[in-house]
Amino acid sequence: MKLFRKLVPWILLAFAFFVLPEILSQFRLNLFGRYFSLAIVALGIDLIWGYTGLLSLGQGIFFALGGYAIAMHLLLVTKNDFTTGANGLPKFFENYGVDNLPFFWEPFWSFPVTLIAIWIIPAVVAGLVGYLIFRNRIKGVYFSIITQASLMVFYHFFNGQQKLVNGTNGLKTSTTELFGMIVGSDDAQLLLYRVTLIILPFAYLLCKFLTSGRFGDALIGIRDDEARVRFTGFNPVPFKVIVFLVAGGLAGISGALYTVQSGIVSPQYMAISMSIEMVIWVAVGGRGTLIGPIIGAVLVNYLRSLVSEALPEAWLFVQGGLFIFVVVLMPDGIYGWLTKGGAASMLSAFGIAKRAKTYPSLDLDEQVNLEPKTITPK
Amino acid sequence: MPTPILELQDVSVDFDGFFALTDLSLSLQPGELRSIIGPNGAGKTTFLDVITGKVKPTKGAVSLRGESILGLSEQKISRLGVGRKFQTPRVFNNLSVVRNLEFAAAPNKTPFHLMFETLTSSVKDEVYRIMDYVGLAPYAKVEAGSLSHGQKQWLAISMLVAQAPDVILLDEPVAGLTDDETARTAELIKSLAGDHTVVVIEHDMEFIRDLGAPVTVLHQGQLLTQGMMEEVKADPRVIEVYLGQSDDH
Ligand SMILES: Nc1ncnc2c1ncn2[C@@H]1O[C@H](COP(=O)(O)OP(=O)(O)O)[C@@H](O)[C@H]1O
Ligand SMILES: [Mg+2]
Repeated sequence: MKLFRKLVPWILLAFAFFVLPEILSQFRLNLFGRYFSLAIVALGIDLIWGYTGLLSLGQGIFFALGGYAIAMHLLLVTKNDFTTGANGLPKFFENYGVDNLPFFWEPFWSFPVTLIAIWIIPAVVAGLVGYLIFRNRIKGVYFSIITQASLMVFYHFFNGQQKLVNGTNGLKTSTTELFGMIVGSDDAQLLLYRVTLIILPFAYLLCKFLTSGRFGDALIGIRDDEARVRFTGFNPVPFKVIVFLVAGGLAGISGALYTVQSGIVSPQYMAISMSIEMVIWVAVGGRGTLIGPIIGAVLVNYLRSLVSEALPEAWLFVQGGLFIFVVVLMPDGIYGWLTKGGAASMLSAFGIAKRAKTYPSLDLDEQVNLEPKTITPK
Repeated sequence: MPTPILELQDVSVDFDGFFALTDLSLSLQPGELRSIIGPNGAGKTTFLDVITGKVKPTKGAVSLRGESILGLSEQKISRLGVGRKFQTPRVFNNLSVVRNLEFAAAPNKTPFHLMFETLTSSVKDEVYRIMDYVGLAPYAKVEAGSLSHGQKQWLAISMLVAQAPDVILLDEPVAGLTDDETARTAELIKSLAGDHTVVVIEHDMEFIRDLGAPVTVLHQGQLLTQGMMEEVKADPRVIEVYLGQSDDH
């Protein structure tokens, strides 16, 4: 039974890799490719939020940076009428009369450099931002607010820079070429779908490695009682910087894969709503489980496609309702609900069954609540 | 006289005009066992906060083995060999008992050591020895969150022992324990003294008497008196501020 449960994800992965391309239409398969790439950013969010208690509302920054990195490379190396302007530069530069390639585009001529830049640029940005935040002991809600404010800064910056990155229009990759194929073609999309499915398990295994050993214990310790971790002799700052950096890198990879499968990267990837949705996928799937965020990202986005196709205006209401439903009735998300308690935990929300102990933690923990009371004079 | 392992000189802590500690001086010799008593709000927990780096004193000096530790972070002071148990047993509820102890016992506390280094068998053996000693061995794989209050107190103390500090600071180690558990905790603490310098903060007079250690009485952030339990108990000022009100608790 235990072995079976361990095997299920790998069976599903093989199914997605070999069987889905046979049975789904190209259109639907491409959508699933996007969902699986979104699962990678969700894994990173689980690492920082589910395990370490850092609720970032700014993962869109790193997601978009990865997307821009791959898009810039593709625009540079592709030479065709859709993509290249009269001056040999990517076409959009013509609209703004730019004749010299902005300097920061130069490294993206190289494919190997681009493959590294996709994750290393977001990771370094995340590491620096994280270091400044964590070193100053900014926590909880303040951390969330700062990440969201940073997101807005990036959003407005990219939106305003027509001459550098085509501003609000973004960079279109569907007409560019990769390995001699038009990126938007069926063959290229099938390849990218499979590449995504190869990278996803590696992202999962990386997160698994970070969360299961003693390093993972430290993350959980930081989440549940950071001060206690300090008094045990650990400096929480490098731990938090490392996971925030890894989550940033994963977001970059996710953004690059998403960009080439949706055909465009634009500042919309740094819209506030997008980063909040990423958090919702993790909450719906089940945080602190690693499998849950994958389920959440795929399921919520699949649902979104179905609802949007049927009733385009209804999706935001459905999404809001889903989020409330999960927070109230499945505090451990879909995966948590499946693995522990199941239906019983849902009944408990209505007061029918006994309420199980829930995490997290600090504000619900009776001991921690007790402490301020006991230090004031009786 | 040898250098005291821990020394506070004229320490004051001002919380926006309210003095939680006023000109407090105190020194501890290596291996000493010291009890600190005082009514609620006397400043006992603040005293530990100052030593462990949680609260920076407004004025005064704090030194460990003759060197100032003022302004050092909590983790630095901890690594210098000062361990603390909180007023409530703060253990990591979502980790198992053995993982709580292994976390505290980790000799190298950097991310890379935790990622790539496995604990040596001598550390693991020590963890099992401690669990055996306090009777938590049968619960090794149980999540700490599901232990009873008394077991959590013992786990918290065990984590301190596993951390192997020179100075052990215990804030109300027997709060909420049964009489039997309290007596056993007294034995445990006495066995720690000698190898470690131990400071015990308590309300429970019975327990303090069991420890048989010199007592320091704090009142309104000031040192009221010091001495053996019998002398302290006879001091009229102590009776007035502390023992006199113990009936209303
Ligand atoms: N961070 C703080 N800010 C303001 N007042 C505090 C703070 N911490 C403690 N105090 C006050 O300082 C006094 C001493 O508290 P404490 O050291 O916890 O006493 P004890 O542990 O002896 O019961 C109390 O009156 C408490 O309310
Ligand atoms: Mg106290």
